[in-house]
Amino acid sequence: MKNDVDSKVSNTDHLSLLVEETSEGVQELLPREHTPIEEFYLEEGYVLRVPEEEAVDIDEVDLASVPADETMIINMGPQHPSTHGVLRIMMELDGETILRSKPVIGYLHTGMEKTAEMLTFMQGSTNVTRMDYLSPLNNELVFSLAVESLMDIEIPPRATWIRMLMSELNRISSHVMWMATNGMDLGSTSMMIYGFRERELILGFFEKVTGLRMNHNYIRPGGVAADLPDGWFDDVAAICETMPFRVEEYQELLTGQPIFRERVEGVGVITQQQAMALSATGPILRATGLPWDLRKTMPYLFYDQVDFDVIVGTVGDTYDRYSVRLNEILESVRIVEQILEKMPEGEYKSLDRKVTPPPRARIDESMEALIHHFKLHTEGYRVPAGENYVAIESPRGELGCYIVSSGENRPYRMHVRAPSFVNLQSLPVMLHGGLIADAVAVISSVDPVMGEVDR
Amino acid sequence: MSEVKERGGEVLFLPRVEYLSFVSDLRRQGFEVCADLTAVDYLDVEERPLPKEIKPERFEVVVNLLSISQARRVRLRVQVPENDPWIDSIFRQYPGSEAMEREVYDLFGILFRGHPDLTRILLPEGWEGHPLRKDYAPQRVPVQFKEVKSTR
Repeated sequence: MKNDVDSKVSNTDHLSLLVEETSEGVQELLPREHTPIEEFYLEEGYVLRVPEEEAVDIDEVDLASVPADETMIINMGPQHPSTHGVLRIMMELDGETILRSKPVIGYLHTGMEKTAEMLTFMQGSTNVTRMDYLSPLNNELVFSLAVESLMDIEIPPRATWIRMLMSELNRISSHVMWMATNGMDLGSTSMMIYGFRERELILGFFEKVTGLRMNHNYIRPGGVAADLPDGWFDDVAAICETMPFRVEEYQELLTGQPIFRERVEGVGVITQQQAMALSATGPILRATGLPWDLRKTMPYLFYDQVDFDVIVGTVGDTYDRYSVRLNEILESVRIVEQILEKMPEGEYKSLDRKVTPPPRARIDESMEALIHHFKLHTEGYRVPAGENYVAIESPRGELGCYIVSSGENRPYRMHVRAPSFVNLQSLPVMLHGGLIADAVAVISSVDPVMGEVDR
Repeated sequence: MSEVKERGGEVLFLPRVEYLSFVSDLRRQGFEVCADLTAVDYLDVEERPLPKEIKPERFEVVVNLLSISQARRVRLRVQVPENDPWIDSIFRQYPGSEAMEREVYDLFGILFRGHPDLTRILLPEGWEGHPLRKDYAPQRVPVQFKEVKSTR
């Protein structure tokens, strides 16, 4: 008898030790009895009922409706194939129904915002391009726009059109990549292969233009790194010709397929008010029926000169987010076709010697050119003191860059408003009340890129 | 409160005590989305352009609010002193600020009053210090590569 008690004690000791060693403490989802009352409002979505007058009385929340001992807290990730990297989600389940959930992030945190303070403005785009690795060109773009807005330099029109071309192609490649992983999550392996095939098409073009398949460092403050290579027109035209047929294939493979529809329709619903209150942007917000696309509503680059539609959903469920992305591919193709027509001749980077190194040939002839070249590549250029926030529409939502310069050659502070990071907050609302089996579909529909979430 | 026309929409400087009520007002005026919330540590900057009535402090919390109905942005800059780094949480007005406030707390050590779950978000629980502060030196955690003996 005594032995029995002893082994029990040591067992619990062992268990609590294990919990202590593996736990991350208060970042995790706490048992119901330790959870602060505010978190329970989140569970029911009460705080989201804005405006304030309509907010539900705190005392009305019935916490005892689910007895604490009938629920179970389980952990999903960070090593889980369906969490798109190292996302970890703690979920409280009542049977198979998800009550609360909490994304635990930070597993990929490398302090990129701190690193940015140590890199010159010239090196800065190599840093930001590694944040959202599925749309690196958009990251470079927002960083360059922010730096340029502080310097007040003119960008030649061809550079701007090239930027638009690259960022739209990047949107396509990012969305087909999402289609691929989403298909994989829902059990459609063929979609995975198809998605990667189409992504390859575009990455091949990127490699031709920038020399790299990812982390291009192509769009830089002052313009782009190099002009488009010979034959770019035919390559892009081929992509534009292929993509609509491929999208047709996806329509057949997924959209029309009852098994897929069953899994995504009505799953992970978020209302428009909730999405706005939670600062969700991009396809999540548009799927709720709000036509908010920065390319249309607050145009940057030359988006006001091209014709395209903003795709919106109606219900805000996983299926809507799927169709918004699918149709955005076609809209991007439409934009790219117009860019092909409108692409002007001219310089591909600013001729301002302050930011652009002199051409290679000049270095052999001119002492000043050599000095300029050396100075720019060692010290970089100085950006006038000031601060600004610039936002663009990345494939995942509003991608913002807040830069503070103190007049030095490196940013005093650089902050990136990562759409995935903010969008993850809407996950608990989408998951609440759903089944655990649907969680995978919902997580996938948020399209988080962990490199960007953790930065 | 004072207004300075600057880059990227309106920029408003607010005293810390008026911050919460002002944000509530903006919320009622149709700024539906808290687009971004971050902070800057101005430890190394001697002088910076601020309106006269605003006393420069070490930290500055920068909030970008977005009005979808008016397609308009406003940026709030609130000074937060070093010896008493707190500011009101705008979680009640904008639930979407939750993760961003946690991030600022994690990386700058600024406390948000009224935040439901003010814990570290990116760094592990036991981490010492707040890395984006300017007096937090990089490389203070020595990186040991394999087979290299420490000289210290």
